[in-house]
Amino acid sequence: MSLLVAPTALLQHDLTLAWRRRAEAVNPLLFALMVTALFPLALGPEANQLARIAGGVAWVTVLLANLLSLDVLFRGDLEDGSLDQWLVSGQSLPLLAGARLLAHWLATGLPLTLAAPLLASMLGLPEDAALTLLAALALGTPVVSMVGGTCAALTAAMPRAGILLALLVLPLMVPVLVFGAGAVEATLTGLSPLPALLWLASGLALALPLTPLACAAAIRISAQ
Amino acid sequence: MNALTLWFHRMGSPPTFYAFAERWRPWFLWSGLLLAVFALTWGLFFTPADYLQGESYRILYIHVPSAWMGQFVFAVMAVSGFVALVWRIKLAEIVSLASAPIGATFTAVALATGSLWGRPTWGTYWVWDARLTSTLILLFLYFGVIGLSRAIEDRRKAARAAALLAIVGLVNIPIIQYSVYWWNTLHQPSSVKLLRGDTTIDPSMLWPLLLMAVATKLYYAYSLLSRAQVMVLEQESGKDWVRRLAGAPAND
Repeated sequence: MSLLVAPTALLQHDLTLAWRRRAEAVNPLLFALMVTALFPLALGPEANQLARIAGGVAWVTVLLANLLSLDVLFRGDLEDGSLDQWLVSGQSLPLLAGARLLAHWLATGLPLTLAAPLLASMLGLPEDAALTLLAALALGTPVVSMVGGTCAALTAAMPRAGILLALLVLPLMVPVLVFGAGAVEATLTGLSPLPALLWLASGLALALPLTPLACAAAIRISAQ
Repeated sequence: MNALTLWFHRMGSPPTFYAFAERWRPWFLWSGLLLAVFALTWGLFFTPADYLQGESYRILYIHVPSAWMGQFVFAVMAVSGFVALVWRIKLAEIVSLASAPIGATFTAVALATGSLWGRPTWGTYWVWDARLTSTLILLFLYFGVIGLSRAIEDRRKAARAAALLAIVGLVNIPIIQYSVYWWNTLHQPSSVKLLRGDTTIDPSMLWPLLLMAVATKLYYAYSLLSRAQVMVLEQESGKDWVRRLAGAPAND
C-alpha cells in the first residue's frame, strides 16, 4: 500500500538509528535498574515490605525511564528541518507521527516491559504477580509512548524541556499508573487482575487512533 | 447572517472586543461582588448549623463553588482552545490563555479550603482520597498548560500549543477521575445533583451555595475580560486604535 511506504521507511530508519546507538538505547534500562536498587537502600531490606511495593516501584521506574528518552524524540528532527520535510512531503502526517511513536515504543517501551518484571522480582515480587506486571506493562507502555510522544512534540522547539515535559506527561499518565499498579496489587491480594488489565486495554484502544492525530497537530504547531 | 453570528464576527475585531470588555467589566465585577457578599452573609449567618459537622461545614460556601469553577474553567479553556485551533480566531486563543491562571487559582482555593475543612472533620489536613487527588492532578494539568504557554515566546504559537494540551487534558479528565475513584474513595459523594433530582442537601443550605456559584462565574467573567484586554493591547500594540487609546497621535 502506497499510504504506508513512507511511514514504514521512517520506522526502519528510526529502528536502524536506535540499533546503531545501542549504548544510548540501554540508558533507560540502566536508569530503571539503578532506581530499583535505590528502594531497598532507602526503605531497608525487609523482604515482605519490598515485595508489597515492588509492583508500584516497577511502574514508577518505567514511567520515569520513559520520560528521560521522550525529551529528544522530535527535537533533532525539528532542528535539522526533517519535520518541515514531513509537513511538505504530502504524506499523511498522523501516520508518520504514528510510525515515530511505534519506533519509540519498540526501542524503549518494549525493552523496559521485558526488564521490569525481572527488576520487580529482585524486590521479591511473586512469580504470578510478575506475570501480571508483564501483561500490564505490555498494555500500558504503548500508551505512555503515545501520549508522552505527543507532549514531546509540543515541547520540541524548546532547547531544554526536561522538567516541563514531566509536568505535562505525568498527570496524563495517572490512569495508566493506577490501573497498571492496581492489576499487580489485585494479583498480590488474590483477586483477579482482569478488570484492571481490561481498563488498560481499553485505554490502549482509545489512544491508538487518537494520539497520532494529536501528535500530528502538535508537530504542526511546533514546526511552524 | 443572523444577529448572533454577526455579533460573534464583530467580537473577532480587537477594538470592538476591547470596547465591549471595557463596557461590561465593571458590571460583572460589582454584580459578582454584591452577590458574593449577599450569599456569604446568608450562608455564614442565616443558615442552620450541620447536625454532624456543626459550624465547620460553612466553609463549603467557598470550597464547593471554587471546585466547580476549577472544572468549569478547564472546560472553557479547552473548548475555546478547540475553536482557536480549528478556526484560527485570535480572540479564542486569548480567552483560552487568559483562563488558565484563573482556573488554577480556583482549583488551588478549592484544595486549600478543602484541607482546612478536612482538619476538623477527618482529623487531618490531607488524605490520599480520590476527589482530593484528582483535584490535585487537575491543578497539575493547569500548571502544565501555564508552563507550556510561558515557555514559548511567540504568543500565537504558545496559545495553540497550550490549546492542544488543554484539549488532551479535557479528554483525559474523566478517565483520570474514574481511575482515581477506582483507586480509593473517602470523600463524601456530591450532595448536589440538580439534574438527577435526588439532591441530599437541605434547601436552606442549597440556595446560598447556588448564589455563590453564580457569583464566582460573574467574577470569572470579570477577570477573564480584564486579562483578555491586556493581552489584546499587547498583541495590537503599535496599531492606531491602541495609540489613540494611549493618548498618542495616530500614525495616519
